[in-house]
Amino acid sequence: MPDIQTQGTEEIHPDVLLVNQARAGDVHAFEKLVKQYDRQVFRIAQHITQNREDAEDVVQDAFLKAYEKLDQFQGNSKFYTWLVRIAVNESLMRLRKRRTGRMVSIDEDVETEEGSMPRDLADWGPDPEQQYGQSELADILRKTIQGLPPGFRIVFVLRDVEGLSTEETAETLGLSVPAVKSRLLRARLQLRERLSRYFRNNKKGGVK
Amino acid sequence: MTCTEFIAQLDDFLDARVSASLRADLEEHLRTCEHCVITLNTTRKTIEVYRSNELYELPNALRDRLQKAILAKCKKC
Repeated sequence: MPDIQTQGTEEIHPDVLLVNQARAGDVHAFEKLVKQYDRQVFRIAQHITQNREDAEDVVQDAFLKAYEKLDQFQGNSKFYTWLVRIAVNESLMRLRKRRTGRMVSIDEDVETEEGSMPRDLADWGPDPEQQYGQSELADILRKTIQGLPPGFRIVFVLRDVEGLSTEETAETLGLSVPAVKSRLLRARLQLRERLSRYFRNNKKGGVK
Repeated sequence: MTCTEFIAQLDDFLDARVSASLRADLEEHLRTCEHCVITLNTTRKTIEVYRSNELYELPNALRDRLQKAILAKCKKC
């Protein structure tokens, strides 16, 4: 039976093999992990810090910290989520430095009622993004997500853009699963509401 | 089912994490509520558009520079 055959021979994630080799001093194994995940770390850092230089620093610092702490990595979580947790912490630290005198936490501004119920109920066309050129669209998307409170933005990015599960997102941010779910819903609804301004059917002489 | 109750389940519905019986209730609500159909479709599109557009690309030259800097420091660890 499949159950019996697979018992005890659970597949080891390739990342875990690379981590083990890196721990044994193989820098090339670590290089593979850097190449595998540097784009994601950069993206997450940009979303949180909203600053290009900070994001570059976070990429370096997060990987170096991960390398130094490889011994603390336990195989029971994915290397990627472990790395993302380091990157999120480094990013929040950078954000705090920039906003001196102002506390920045992922708990900030989450009490807002905005977007808890949809208000803009105009429909969008089937491909609303086609109304815009690629770079104009990217500007709209950046501007829109930057307007979210950090606590919503981070949850949306990890969960919907980077594809972490709800449980992984909760673990990464040190939040409860219900807290992640409530922020994700609010983040999705707020983004939807704000994008409606650009994507609704009657925009730019649309369909009707 | 009210719209508020529908919205409370929207994420689980989008992520296909609802039981068959709850899904049937949600679909029943959708048959009679155009507003929730629009909210569902446009929220789904919101997620899609963020997932499929790269907003912060890491240019190759910068990527090379960062990789070299990281590995140079690792070798000194």
